[in-house]
Amino acid sequence: MRWSVLTDNLDILLQGLLVTLQVSVLAWLLAVAIGVVVALLRVTRSRAARFLGTAYVEFVRNVPLLVLIFFLFFALPDIGITLSGFWAGVIGLGVYTGAFIGEVLRSGILGVPRGQLEAALSSGLTYLQAMRLVILPQAIRTTIPPLGNQTINLIKNSSLTAAVSVFDILGTANLIGSRTFAFTPVYIGAAMLYLVLTIPAAIGVNAVERRLRIGYR
Amino acid sequence: MAIIEFVGVNKWFDKLHVLRDVDLSIERGEVVVVIGPSGSGKSTLIRCVNRLETVQDGQVIVDGQHVEDPRTDIRRVRQEVGMVFQQFNLYPHKTVMQNITMAPIRVKKMPRAEAEKRAHELLERVGIGEKHDAYPGQLSGGQQQRVAIARALAMSPKILLFDEPTSALDPEMIKEVLDVMKDLAHTGITMVVVTHEMGFAREVANRVIFMDAGRIIEVGSPEHFFQAPEQDRTKLFLSKIL
Ligand SMILES: Nc1ncnc2c1ncn2[C@@H]1O[C@H](COP(=O)(O)OP(=O)(O)O)[C@@H](O)[C@H]1O
Ligand SMILES: [Mg+2]
Repeated sequence: MRWSVLTDNLDILLQGLLVTLQVSVLAWLLAVAIGVVVALLRVTRSRAARFLGTAYVEFVRNVPLLVLIFFLFFALPDIGITLSGFWAGVIGLGVYTGAFIGEVLRSGILGVPRGQLEAALSSGLTYLQAMRLVILPQAIRTTIPPLGNQTINLIKNSSLTAAVSVFDILGTANLIGSRTFAFTPVYIGAAMLYLVLTIPAAIGVNAVERRLRIGYR
Repeated sequence: MAIIEFVGVNKWFDKLHVLRDVDLSIERGEVVVVIGPSGSGKSTLIRCVNRLETVQDGQVIVDGQHVEDPRTDIRRVRQEVGMVFQQFNLYPHKTVMQNITMAPIRVKKMPRAEAEKRAHELLERVGIGEKHDAYPGQLSGGQQQRVAIARALAMSPKILLFDEPTSALDPEMIKEVLDVMKDLAHTGITMVVVTHEMGFAREVANRVIFMDAGRIIEVGSPEHFFQAPEQDRTKLFLSKIL
């Protein structure tokens, strides 16, 4: 085996790592924004809002992520919207993971005792203020571990962007592999690079969880 | 003019009729104690004052504003009505200071420095001046409830509602909370207190209301209830709690 392919191509592999990181961070921000909106839709009194939130979650969760990304990349040009592989990947991942994060946040919100909302509302806060200042900060604390899992899933799922010509970790590995046929070292190397991202993410989640617990009950 | 008025109020939870033809008028500055068996509708009654519960029939008028009218801006009413809960409901992720200043800063747009100065005064008043940087989880139940009272007072409400404020407390902490409430009773604020602490009622209540099965059965002075309750249901209830 020619392990030297890894060192010979270290610069483009690190470039791939950077792309994976960029896709993941942008998609994560989008997913959290969507997740918050979906979770709020699903806990309000309005039946229409709950329906909308539920429909979104059920639709997105039950469609393969790769289909979403292909749709954004190949089908949207039909209606005049052309996305690069990078942005089709970011949006697809964000839309997809947003549904899962929405579910996680929803159960977190439902886990906050009812009296918290009542105290906040009775003090004169608006519903949105009560959510933002009182309910969501508490909901997020209990949902840090599942949110961490979703984040790690997102990083791993970002490899699907390789299918729309993004040179992320996997895309770069595919390229090197097809040029050198040194598949074993290349894909082991790719796996290592994913671990470089996911293991610190897991450690980070634990640290955040511990820090947020301080001073809290 | 009355500051709280219930006129022919009925409320149902689905098929359960929890408030039945309630008429009640509470004057400015009055201290009213509400007693009655569990499930008789006491919590529901006071929660209708700030629309934590909506009524299906009748009128609830708070300082001239029709709470039952969906067009009424309930947040204006809520700014005048402080509420203290059995389970305290302090925000566990916020310090004592942040618990108290949140509504003045966010709702009244009070400058932070002013809100904090006032919070310090209120904490002194409820006897826990030094605890402003603590989190609720670091305080005893009695201390938490006193912070909750300070938080309710921070909006300078005209009315304070208490829903069994000492029921979740260990016996040795009940007195410290009742003492704070007794001090408040002498300040001219209107108080509606659901409690079975009859000593508190005897000392500071202007009127006691006895509820059973969603109805107001008997209204009178504390002396009336101690010496000569009229209704059999009242006598039976008092014989159990006294
Ligand atoms: N949110 C609710 N949904 C359905 N039933 C309720 C709800 N809240 C209270 N009830 C019922 O209404 C009745 C009155 O309750 P409540 O006002 O809490 O009584 P109390 O405070 O006197 O114990 C009880 O039978 C209670 O079970
Ligand atoms: Mg009750």
